[in-house]
Amino acid sequence: MADTSETAAAPRTHVSLQVNGTTREVDIEPRRTLLSVLRDDLSLTGAKPGCEMGNCGACTVLLDGEAVYSCLTLAVECTGREITTIEGLSASGELDPVQQAFIAHDALQCGFCTPGQILAMKALFATNPHPDDETIERAMSGNICRCGAYPKILAAARALAGTQAAQQ
Amino acid sequence: MNTFEHVTVTDGNEAVKLLSERGGAAGETKIIAGGTDLLTLMNASLIAPQRLVNLKAARALRYLRFAEDGALHIGALATLADLERDAGVARRLPILVESVRDAATPQLRAMATVAGNLLQRPRCWYFRGAPHCWLKGGAECFARDGENKYHAIFGASSCVAVHPSDLAPALLALDAELLINGPSGVRTLPLAAFFHEPTNDARIEHTLAPDEVITEIRVPGQPEGANGAYLKMMDRQAWAFALASAAAQLSVEDGVIQQARIVLGGVATVPWRATQAEDALTGQQLTPELARTAAEAALAGAAPLAHNGYKVPLARELVRRAILRAGSVPHP
Ligand SMILES: Cc1cc2nc3c(=O)[nH]c(=O)nc-3n(C[C@H](O)[C@H](O)[C@H](O)COP(=O)(O)OP(=O)(O)OC[C@H]3O[C@@H](n4cnc5c(N)ncnc54)[C@H](O)[C@@H]3O)c2cc1C
Ligand code: SF4
Ligand code: FES
Ligand code: FES
Repeated sequence: MADTSETAAAPRTHVSLQVNGTTREVDIEPRRTLLSVLRDDLSLTGAKPGCEMGNCGACTVLLDGEAVYSCLTLAVECTGREITTIEGLSASGELDPVQQAFIAHDALQCGFCTPGQILAMKALFATNPHPDDETIERAMSGNICRCGAYPKILAAARALAGTQAAQQ
Repeated sequence: MNTFEHVTVTDGNEAVKLLSERGGAAGETKIIAGGTDLLTLMNASLIAPQRLVNLKAARALRYLRFAEDGALHIGALATLADLERDAGVARRLPILVESVRDAATPQLRAMATVAGNLLQRPRCWYFRGAPHCWLKGGAECFARDGENKYHAIFGASSCVAVHPSDLAPALLALDAELLINGPSGVRTLPLAAFFHEPTNDARIEHTLAPDEVITEIRVPGQPEGANGAYLKMMDRQAWAFALASAAAQLSVEDGVIQQARIVLGGVATVPWRATQAEDALTGQQLTPELARTAAEAALAGAAPLAHNGYKVPLARELVRRAILRAGSVPHP
């Protein structure tokens, strides 16, 4: 876990972040990760701290539409970029099609990995509306699910892709 | 993570200036590109730079361009995902796409830069953990007689950690060179001279000076009929470093191999060029038998440790298959 305890005298930087379509201003130390700023300063707790070493995917968010690990991203380096968290997917009050597919296919158990899984899938469908199985598996290979919901996560993706497998 | 000053620069020269201030003391100021290796080292308190120079705003350093002479110019900030998705690279240098496809994960490939990938530090568990091992300035390598399942089978260094990069063996097989910006100007360095086994006086896997910045990786144009392949074995199908890997780049004319480059990954502190295998291939007709002979030659000098003997037959088979794949010879 990143040690951010010695915050007292450390200099802070004013940073303006575009999060889920709104501008958020924060005064933060440069060492703060995007994950910690989202959770601790902006109360957006959808992105989860799992390993904070690039080993689990629970912290996945979108930066300019691309899935990245927010635990290995410094928040000060995100100015001018569009940040999307799981909270941003249903900002209009309606669930995103990827979220709906997760519900329809029961693609979660404890839910810890789910925000990351959904955002990884969101990034895939944004560039490729009809991915084949291999493409889906590769795109989802950066998110671990400790509950082993993989078959249902893949089923949700196949349904969205409109592949034959989904129609069976 | 330690506190640090954070400076954003918009080109390589500015970065060099900042790196060479304060006498260019090693470790004092560090470049951050994708941050995927640097921040893991800082999170684990293995390094504590006082200043980070953010190179990502130097947008002009993110490109992939084929020059008129057929050379591929890769900007230092190009990501592994950029390489993976580029249609021109896929057509002309398939070995590069194969090398990055199974590196890390989609998220990491979107973040990780090519230059950072060549400079990443080893994954040896003693190195990444608390022990003050030889590579970190200590007296002893704990892996040599310890837990060394993932360690080296080649090399003369006191360190037996393996170089984790998948891209590096492929770039070496292509005779790539680096464009480096330093306090006294720009220099070109063959990748083969950039990688260097850690020595007592320089406990690091490369020869880049602390005040230098890589600006470009250049892959020379390949002759007509050249082709390459990269094969990687992992202990699971994704998100794992190579147990061993093999890069093969061959140029073949009328069925005869004119030039061969064979480089192994995951077997030494640096990507390991197998010159005996290259010699066995050069001037010969590519056949399944020849591939087998060359693969034998590639592993001839291997010296496995107590727990990594499996790497010898594994790497040998990867070399054999990579050669056949590069030469488009059907193989099992
Ligand atoms: C969980 C995990 C799994 C991984 N699996 C793989 C794998 O299977 N295969 C593989 O090849 N890699 C793998 N990696 C490593 C990953 O590819 C590297 O961390 C990445 O390529 C580093 O690039 P970066 O831009 O993030 O570098 P950074 O972390 O920003 O920098 C790395 C180092 O390079 C220096 N640096 C960066 N750019 C320059 C420059 N232009 N000039 C001078 N110095 C510079 C920095 O100062 C730092 O010392 C994995 C990483 C993680 C975290
Ligand atoms: S192999 Fe290298 S990094 Fe690992 S313990 Fe030995 S000296 Fe340290
Ligand atoms: S918390 Fe970021 S990858 Fe695990
Ligand atoms: S649903 Fe529990 S970790 Fe994936």
